Amino acid sequence: MTTKTPPLAAGISGSLRRSRPRYGEAVIKFALLIASLVSVATTVGIVVSLIPPTLRFFERVGVWDFLSGTNWSPLFTPPSYGVLPLIAGTLVTTAIAIAVAVPLGLAAAIYLSEYARPKVRATFKPVLEVLAGIPTVVYGFFALSLLTPFLQDIWPGGGGPEVFNALSAGLIMGVMIIPTVASLSEDAMAAVPHELREGAYALGSTKRIVALRVVVPAALSGIVAAVVLAISRAVGETMIVAIAAGLQPKWTFNPLSAMQTMTSYIAAAGQGDLPTASFDYTTIFAVGALLFFLTFIMNAISIRLVRKYREVYE
Amino acid sequence: MTAVTDREATGAPPRLVGPRRPLEPAFRLTLLVSLVIAVLFLVILLVYVVTEGWPRLDARLWENFPSRLFPERAGAQSAIFGTVYVIALTAVFCIPIGVMTAIYLEEYADRERWYNRIIELNIQNLAAVPSIVYGILGLGIIARGIGLGITLITAALTLSLLVLPVVIIAAREAIRAVPNSIRQGSLALGATQWQTIWRQVLPAAVPGMATGAILALSRAIGEAAPLLLLGAVTHITFSPASLTDSYTVLPIQIFNWIKEPEAEFHTLAAAAIVILLTILLAMNSVAIWLRNRYQKRW
Repeated sequence: MTTKTPPLAAGISGSLRRSRPRYGEAVIKFALLIASLVSVATTVGIVVSLIPPTLRFFERVGVWDFLSGTNWSPLFTPPSYGVLPLIAGTLVTTAIAIAVAVPLGLAAAIYLSEYARPKVRATFKPVLEVLAGIPTVVYGFFALSLLTPFLQDIWPGGGGPEVFNALSAGLIMGVMIIPTVASLSEDAMAAVPHELREGAYALGSTKRIVALRVVVPAALSGIVAAVVLAISRAVGETMIVAIAAGLQPKWTFNPLSAMQTMTSYIAAAGQGDLPTASFDYTTIFAVGALLFFLTFIMNAISIRLVRKYREVYE
Repeated sequence: MTAVTDREATGAPPRLVGPRRPLEPAFRLTLLVSLVIAVLFLVILLVYVVTEGWPRLDARLWENFPSRLFPERAGAQSAIFGTVYVIALTAVFCIPIGVMTAIYLEEYADRERWYNRIIELNIQNLAAVPSIVYGILGLGIIARGIGLGITLITAALTLSLLVLPVVIIAAREAIRAVPNSIRQGSLALGATQWQTIWRQVLPAAVPGMATGAILALSRAIGEAAPLLLLGAVTHITFSPASLTDSYTVLPIQIFNWIKEPEAEFHTLAAAAIVILLTILLAMNSVAIWLRNRYQKRW
């Protein structure tokens, strides 16, 4: 390599001058930038793959009919393309899952971060990670073949859940996202500087008060992010609902009945090798676009919330 | 000086020896119970799957190929090999790109620039995009758009994009955990930015990155939803031999067996789940060991 500036030995004034340009450094930086553009390309790819088939879908089906119709039966004659039953299925399973995951996950996070002795932590934390690592197809199997029969057995009085039902799927989905809530919130709590806790203790706070009034508020951005991510995971979860919640799109909010979610419709319709040119093929993309749009909105909200409450510690 | 006790909770006047606080142990117990519920669930799940799958947990499972007619002869060899190939390829694609992105964002990117902000927002968003949407991406762009078809490489590329945000986020956290004083020390001694990253930051961040990468890959192993759209065809009776072969993977094979009405297939599904979980447990243990062994507390 050639140098334009005088060598360092020229004296202090030389060493303080701008050093020779380092092209290697610039090349590395550029390569790294290109790598990070892969993720941008992914988003672009998702949008590009969704838009044309979705537009083809809406050439034949009105947007309002799609969004407000309560009958989803694309394979019947005459077909009907109202997406509300799929939305209802998604809402019910997600609501059940969140009702399970947020309280349990947050409590677990507070315990791990504030109460657990290092040894206890070292036992529980891996367990949560294992829970997070269990494939959703396994959860689905569990919901269908153990939880549903169990619920049917213990259900008081007549009725009870159907063989495929939103309740089992939602409950198991809730367990599935406990680790998401717990581990992200715990990370956020662990990032709260010890000085804050010690300050509160010095003012005479109890452990519970430190946890609830100091650590949780200070970690709020992380906790909110965790909860929104949990919702988004529940909305997007496919295998559990495809296995345990059934495949009948029904316009109902009864969790005991079989329901189809947006995701399980896509999974069910996409398994068959639909010809690219067929109209049924476009329904996958229309529902997919809606799903993507909904999760996108949630993420935008979450990111904004995080920004709003973010406190920077250094 | 008097210690200020927690007046909001007890209403007690300030004094040095705190009053008894029944809420404290109750609160602690509630927290602990929540955690125990999660653990208990895991135990029940594992016990259930192992007892269900036990009758079929033998060599037939990994020596034979799937069979629709003879559940007693069916195995999952093609799915096991398919999983190994798909995941190996996924690792090759997603780890370098993920780590490079993380380095760029943490060490180089100027947060004020609009394009860096877009990259960052974009990754945050991608991390929460449902996996089935990646299946649509794989189907619409990689399989049909680029024309790679319904093949092993399409599956691996799709899964790479799916877990890329996980790899990036984990790697960024690992890099961020390296204190700035290390960087400043290195720069003050005359190292260039890249020398600082390569010799100081990365070595310190590798355990965290490795843990994150392993966890990301174990997510890819268990992922079935996008591959449903990418024709991890129901009935594959051979192990893939090249990048453009059709394939199946364990989670899809399990899904297919769950859907069969006969009870024998459910036993088979449980047995295959045990194999899948064993692979995942092994990977998780390595990740956790790595972290506990090498992670530095600054």
